[in-house]
Amino acid sequence: MIYEFNLNAVLVFAAIVAVTLGLSFYMGKKARSASGFFAAGGGIHWFVNGVAFAGDYLSAASFLGICGMIAFYGYDGFLYSIGYLAGWVVALLVIAEPIKRLGKYTFADALDSRFQSRSIKFAAAISTLAVSIFYLIPQMVGAGVLVTPLFGLPHWVGVVMVGTIVILIVVTAGMVSTTYVQFLKGSLLVVFSTVLVVLILNRGLSTTPDGDPEWQPIRTLGPIATDRDDPEDHWEGLSEELNVPISAIGFGLDKLRPDQIPIRHKPFLRIDRPGERLPQFWAYWYEDATQTRMVLYETQTRIETPEGQVFINGELSTTGGEQPDFRPVGSVVELPGGKAQTGPSGPFAFLRTLGQSRIAVWGSERVKDADGTKITVYYPRVMSGSEVLTPGNHPSFRGIAPQKQRTDGIAYTAPSRMQQLLPGINFVSLMLALFCGTASLPHILIRYYTVKDQASARKSTIVGIAAIGFFYVLTLYMGLGAMTSGAMDVTNSNMAAPLLARSFSQWLFAVISAIAFTTVLGTVSGLIIASSGAVVHDLMSSVLRIEMHDASKVRVARIASVGVGAVAILLGILFERMNVNYLVGWAFSVAASANLPALVMLLFWKGTTKQGITAAILVGMVSSLAWILLSGDTYTSVYGLPAEDAWVPFSQPGIVTIPLGFLTLIVVSLLTRPRRDALST
Amino acid sequence: MPGLDHGPNAPDRSERVETTRRNMRYGLALFAVYLVLYGAFVGVNAFAPEVMERTPLAGVNVAILSGFGLIGAAFVLAMVYGWLCRAEAPAADEEFRP
Repeated sequence: MIYEFNLNAVLVFAAIVAVTLGLSFYMGKKARSASGFFAAGGGIHWFVNGVAFAGDYLSAASFLGICGMIAFYGYDGFLYSIGYLAGWVVALLVIAEPIKRLGKYTFADALDSRFQSRSIKFAAAISTLAVSIFYLIPQMVGAGVLVTPLFGLPHWVGVVMVGTIVILIVVTAGMVSTTYVQFLKGSLLVVFSTVLVVLILNRGLSTTPDGDPEWQPIRTLGPIATDRDDPEDHWEGLSEELNVPISAIGFGLDKLRPDQIPIRHKPFLRIDRPGERLPQFWAYWYEDATQTRMVLYETQTRIETPEGQVFINGELSTTGGEQPDFRPVGSVVELPGGKAQTGPSGPFAFLRTLGQSRIAVWGSERVKDADGTKITVYYPRVMSGSEVLTPGNHPSFRGIAPQKQRTDGIAYTAPSRMQQLLPGINFVSLMLALFCGTASLPHILIRYYTVKDQASARKSTIVGIAAIGFFYVLTLYMGLGAMTSGAMDVTNSNMAAPLLARSFSQWLFAVISAIAFTTVLGTVSGLIIASSGAVVHDLMSSVLRIEMHDASKVRVARIASVGVGAVAILLGILFERMNVNYLVGWAFSVAASANLPALVMLLFWKGTTKQGITAAILVGMVSSLAWILLSGDTYTSVYGLPAEDAWVPFSQPGIVTIPLGFLTLIVVSLLTRPRRDALST
Repeated sequence: MPGLDHGPNAPDRSERVETTRRNMRYGLALFAVYLVLYGAFVGVNAFAPEVMERTPLAGVNVAILSGFGLIGAAFVLAMVYGWLCRAEAPAADEEFRP
C-alpha cells in the first residue's frame, strides 16, 4: 500500500518526542550518581511506577503485532495477550517479594546476592545482554514499520531515528527519564485505545465498510458446478466460467489437479491464459463439504519479472505519476439475517454478531517461477465468525483444532498420531514460555528496584497488571475492528492498528502512530538501560574487577548505552522482514529458559549452589538459542529452507529447555554440594 | 556512598523476614490457583478444542469468555494478594504480646 507523507502525523510526532526529550533533559539534572542512573534513586511513586510497568511492557509487539495478528488471523493473536499477561501473575506472586530484598541494581545482583560469585555475574550479565538484544530487534523493526508509511522514507531511516532518540534520552538521564517516558506512554496508550474501541463499537459491523474510500467488495465468479471425484468434470465447469482452456488452470501455485491436492495446499487457482504475460489467480471456496459447487474470489497480486518490472494487480508500477496500488481489505461478507449493517453495538453484541457472520480474512503466498518471476498472491478466505473467534488459524497454532471443518470442504487430517500431537505440544510450549517469560525479562525486573520498598513494589505491580490487562481486552476489539474496517494493508499486518485509527480520522491516525512510536522509544530505552547495567555493573565492576569511581561508572554506562543502541539499530535494519511477535516469542523463550530456573530455585531451594546457578543460566540460554536456530520456523523465515529439514520436531523450545534449566540446576547443585566439614558461604 | 557495595539492601525500610516469608506463602498459594486456571485453559485448547466453540453466555464463545476470565482473574488475584500482605506479620517472639 502506498502511503503519503502526513503532515499532521509528523507534527504530532514532533510534539510528543519534544515533550519526551524535554522531560529527559529536565530529569537529567537530577541523575548524578550511579544509584540515580541505574535505579532512579529508589524513589519513584508506586502509581507512576505501575503505569510505567505497563508502558514498559506494552511494546511494539503488543500494540502493533497483536492487533495485526488478530486482524489477519482472529483469536490466535489474543492467545499471546493472555500468555503475556499471565506472566505478570508469576512476576508478582512468585518473584516480586523475594527479589526486592536481594539486590541493588540488576538482575545479576539478585541472583548473586547469596554467593558473591563472579561466574554467576558473568552468566547473568550475558543472559541479560542476549535477551535484551532479542527483545530489541522487534522494537526496532516496529519503528521502521511505523515511520516508513508516515514519512514515505525507507525502513532503515525509522530504525536509525528511534535508535538515535533513545540513545539521547538514556545518555542524558538514564532510568529516571525512562520511567517518566514510560508512564507517559502507558497512559496515552490506554486512553487512546479506549477511544478507538468506543469508536469501533459505535461503528458496528457492515458488509460495506466505510473505513477507506478505496475499499471495494470482493469480486466473485460462480457458483460453478464441480465434482472433485471426477477431475474432468471439475475442470470443465471452471474452464467454461473463466473462458480459458483446461490446460491453463491449476490448483495452487504448483498447478495441481484436484485429486493431487495435498492436505495443506493453498485454496487458489492459477491461470496462465495463452498469449498473456502474467498469470492470474483466483481464490476458491466450496460452498459445502460435498464440494459440488465452487465460488471464485478475486485476489491481489504482486508480480516481479526477471527484468525488474513490478506489476501490482496486473498494472505496471512505474516510478512517476499515478501508481497502481493494493486495495484495502478486511470486511464482513455476510451478517446474520442478511442485514447490511448492525449499527452501534455493545461489547458483547459485537462479538456475538461477529461470531455468527462470515468474514473475508486475507492470507498470502509467495513463489518464484522457473524463469525467475517472483509472485506474491494475496487471497481472501471466507471464514465463519466462529472459526475466526477460536484458536487455530495462525500457522504457529494450526492443527490444534483439527475438528475445524475448513470452509472449502477439505478437512484437516494428520498423517500420523505423533504428527497430530505436535501442534498441541508446540502450542503448550509457547504458552509456557510466555507464562514464564515475563518474570524473567531483565528490563522488567530492574523496575522493581526503582521503588522504595516492598509494599510499593507490590502496589506498582498491581497497577501494572490492571493497566495491562485492560489494554489486552482492548486489543481484541481493536484487532477485530481492524479486521472488519475495510482499511487494512494486505501486505503488512503490523500497520493494522494505525490504519484502523486512520479509518476513523486522520487526526486519530496521527496520534496513534505517535503513541506507537513512543511505545518503541520507551521499551527500547528500558532495554538499553538493562544492558548497560549488565555491562558496567556486572561485567566490568564485578567480573573483570575494574575499579571505577561513581562518576566514571556513569560515563562508561553512557558509552555502553551507545554501543548497545548501535547494535540494536543494525539488527533492526537486518531483520526488517520478520514478524514482530515471533521475535518477541524468541526473547521470552530464552529469558524463561535461562533466567527463571535460576531465579526460582535461588528463592525457594536452599540446596542451590553457585555452580548450579551458573550452569542453569548458561545451559538454559544456549539450549533455547540452539533450539530456535534449528527450528522449522527459523528455517523458513530466516534461512529460506524447507521446514521439514529442521533438526527439532517443533519450533517452540520452552517445554524442553525450561525444565532442562531446572534439571541442570538441581543436578549441578547436588554435585557441588558443600561438604559438611568445609566452610560454605 | 550509596551504590558502591554489592550486598543485599539494608532492611531499613524493608519488611521483616517473617513478613516476607508469610507473603511468599500467600503468593505461592494464589499462584497455584492461577496455575490451575491457566493450565485448564491451555489444556482445553490443546486437547479438547471443540469446547472453545460453544457459546454459553450472551452468544459469546468459551474461547473469548475464558480469555477475559483469565485476564480478570489475574487482576483479582493481584488485589487479593495486595490485601493479604497489607499488614506486618506478627514476629515469632511476639506471640504473647498483651
